[in-house]
Amino acid sequence: MHIIDRRLNPRGKSLENRQRFLRRAKDAVQQAVRRSLQSRSIRDVLDGGEVSLPIGGMGEPSFRRAEGGITDHVLPGNRAFVEGDIIPRPPGQGAGRPKEAGQGDGEDGFRFVLTREEFLSVFLDDLELPELAKRRLSETEEMSPVRAGYSISGSPSNLSIDRTTRLAMMRRIALKRPKPEDIEALQRQIDESENEETRLLLQAELKSLTDRIRRIPYVDPLDVRYRRFDNEPKPVAKAVMFCLMDVSGSMSEHMKDLAKRFYLLLYLFLSQRYEKVELVFIRHTEKAEEVDEETFFYGQATGGTLVSSALAAMRAIIAARFDPTEWNIYAAQASDGDNSYRDEGPAGHLLKHEILPLCQYFAYIEVDEEGGDSSISNSPLWRLYEGIRSGSATLAMRKVCRKNEIFPVFHDLFQKRSTQTKAVP
Amino acid sequence: MTQAAMQKDRLLFEGADWDFSTLQRIHDACEEIAIGELGLDVYPNQIEVITAEQMLDAYSSTGMPLFYRHWSFGKHFAHHEAFYRRGMRDLAYEIVINSSPCISYLMEENTATMQTLVIAHAAFGHNHFFKNNYLFKLWTDAEGILDYLDFAKGYIARCEERYGETAVERTLDAAHALMSHGVHRYAGKTRLDLRQEEKRLQERRAHEEQMFNDLWRTVPAGRKRDAADVDLERRRAALGLPQDNLLYFLEKSSPRLQPWQREILRIVRHVAQYFHPQRQTKVMNEGTATYVHYQIMERLHDRGQISDGNYFEFLKSHTNVVFQPTFDDRRFSGFNPYALGFAMMQDIERIVTEPTDEDREWFPDIAGRGDPMQVLRGIWADYRDESFISQFLSPHLIRKWRLFQLYDDPQVSEGILVSAIHDERGYKRVRRQLAREYDIGWTDPRIDIVDVDLAGDRRLLLQHRAPNDWVLEDSETRQVLQHLADLWGYDVMLQEIDGAEKVVKEHAAHPREILQKGDLFS
Repeated sequence: MHIIDRRLNPRGKSLENRQRFLRRAKDAVQQAVRRSLQSRSIRDVLDGGEVSLPIGGMGEPSFRRAEGGITDHVLPGNRAFVEGDIIPRPPGQGAGRPKEAGQGDGEDGFRFVLTREEFLSVFLDDLELPELAKRRLSETEEMSPVRAGYSISGSPSNLSIDRTTRLAMMRRIALKRPKPEDIEALQRQIDESENEETRLLLQAELKSLTDRIRRIPYVDPLDVRYRRFDNEPKPVAKAVMFCLMDVSGSMSEHMKDLAKRFYLLLYLFLSQRYEKVELVFIRHTEKAEEVDEETFFYGQATGGTLVSSALAAMRAIIAARFDPTEWNIYAAQASDGDNSYRDEGPAGHLLKHEILPLCQYFAYIEVDEEGGDSSISNSPLWRLYEGIRSGSATLAMRKVCRKNEIFPVFHDLFQKRSTQTKAVP
Repeated sequence: MTQAAMQKDRLLFEGADWDFSTLQRIHDACEEIAIGELGLDVYPNQIEVITAEQMLDAYSSTGMPLFYRHWSFGKHFAHHEAFYRRGMRDLAYEIVINSSPCISYLMEENTATMQTLVIAHAAFGHNHFFKNNYLFKLWTDAEGILDYLDFAKGYIARCEERYGETAVERTLDAAHALMSHGVHRYAGKTRLDLRQEEKRLQERRAHEEQMFNDLWRTVPAGRKRDAADVDLERRRAALGLPQDNLLYFLEKSSPRLQPWQREILRIVRHVAQYFHPQRQTKVMNEGTATYVHYQIMERLHDRGQISDGNYFEFLKSHTNVVFQPTFDDRRFSGFNPYALGFAMMQDIERIVTEPTDEDREWFPDIAGRGDPMQVLRGIWADYRDESFISQFLSPHLIRKWRLFQLYDDPQVSEGILVSAIHDERGYKRVRRQLAREYDIGWTDPRIDIVDVDLAGDRRLLLQHRAPNDWVLEDSETRQVLQHLADLWGYDVMLQEIDGAEKVVKEHAAHPREILQKGDLFS
């Protein structure tokens, strides 16, 4: 009898089957994920979770009998029946076919659990950050070594042992270097041989072989090869994302919720897609402050509204930490559209002349009450930005009123574009 | 040494904890009883300790330790996992594989008592059944199965590399759809060889010469068969029709399949055939294993190798396993094979050791034979569920379980007829019907390939025997038929024929040309 402990075997034996299944069910999974987003709080999205799939398209059909027909059954536990009794059928049911064992799983509402990574990758599939890396590619480049065959010179650390030994072996075979076992065999023959004459002959042969071994080295400097590396320029995509949000008193809880949802999506998207994206969270009332993620999403604040304060803060942070020649800069702003009248000039100026020229992309989301109309807007900020947009292509604007519009708008702003067209509302 | 200390010394384990030496001790103690006292004959055992996730893995690939890759296994895994996570279902305590050595998986969470139970159940009960039952001997190769699956996995992986995952997946999808109709139900007839045939012919002629009687010439001959009939018959004979093994027929005769596709059909067919005996012996297999574990546990306890407390733990899970709710119970979902099998085994033990007059009348062969293990070993070797129930379900057990039979004809609007109960008149009918429910030849739809005109339009004609209005489920049949048409490469047609040889329904499908092109780039 053998006892084997399999617990330490590598996990995820069925991972590949799972991936195949997900690939096969891609459309259904995508729909299910989108649907599930509408029904649950966005914070839960972070945890991945259970989605429910319609079974269609993933069924495994087989020849099976339909319900109905004349059937006989044997059942246990008779109490009162005698032969010949007629049991009336339960109303609303054709044939009283008892449920068979194992059918109670209810596969039609097929539910299963996606891991966080799977969930996000499905969820954020076919989205991308617009024009990432445009600027950086053309200017600075980082070199990275790439394998480029073999060379006859190089540093010892790059010595390619298997290539060297292979060449050495080829050479040894080509030049017929005697094998050590041949020499051993010859030596044994000499030791065993009785006849003086043959022994002398064999000894002569042995000598010629050993000479040959000495002349033909095991590894010759000629054989030595080194792995060769070429330096290739590698694009660096350093990006920073500014998240600007109005948290002033005019923003209702509903609006803040919408804005937060949008930013959470953005945050998820960025943290999933890019390993190195800096995030800067700026919230503002009449004055702006840079906050951490937690405060940004869950902190409370009230006050008036001065959009220019946030833009000025952004500008200051760019100047201090993110040199525009080294960083791709993105910004997303969420607001209810209110802005102090006297701020219009400064904000417009800041945006048009100082922020937009530095940015790859600037998205503006206007949030409104639940009953609002998301197709038109007449707020001061919207009018201001619309004026600016006509002169600049990096600015995109959308208005959102309801929770379930968040994802479509987000998707629209960041969907993959085959051509380099700009995001136009 | 005091008596208490001696008793302690004899125990295999204490409490719930176990380690590998405990398992070894448990196995050896079980083996001593199983081989020495019960006279079982088993494959060498291999016991593997696994985690819950690995158990789910095993579930999704039909329990086998290695299997080829296919999305459907991923689906099953996700499905089982979702149920397990929500706590709606426990995992099995064990899985056992019909191979030599016989591999039993033990869950790491099991207590020592449970491990003992599982070792007795799987490593000896199932193991003995696998090695000795005639169906397993006939259809499965315990030594070769793991190697074969290894080959299958490698072969399909290589096909994926060469012909693209999509093409392989489509072939497998189609093959899986026909899997239930990809088994040989009967041992194949051996091909006649020419020399023997000639000899037989000579013998027959010699016999005819010996027995010549001119009188036969005067007997009027039957109606001459017309040429079309003879032609059809010849055509069928050439292709071995009618054929109920659809995968076999496609593998051998489909005109448009690539060699690798034939090999994949063959792999799926072999796997289906390997599991075929298990489908026919659910009650017997589980009954045997349950009876064996009960015997072993009882004897271990009698010998003082298991403490009273642990024995109670065993009894609790044992009674859970062999619980059979009655038909009006909310938990009822058909017969529990463990319960039915175990009850019948125990009933046979009773008949063999303490028969009543009724038993002597019903079971003259075994009543009062005295050695239950000898009788049971014989039964375990020679029966499958259907024959086992139809011969050994005793009136005593029918009464005890209060079995009754319902006859449900949807045409009769009054309701469902109670056609037999556990009385003198009903025993035989109840028994026959219950046996029938375990006959997969009766419960599975019977579908045959009956005709194909290879010289003409190559349309494949299938027939489904649908007695009692048992027609096939419509949409699923269409899907399966589509797969069949794809594999065949030409039109297929399925007729459903009722008891009176009348065609009640027809399904047809055209091939989609997706298997033939082998589109590498899709």
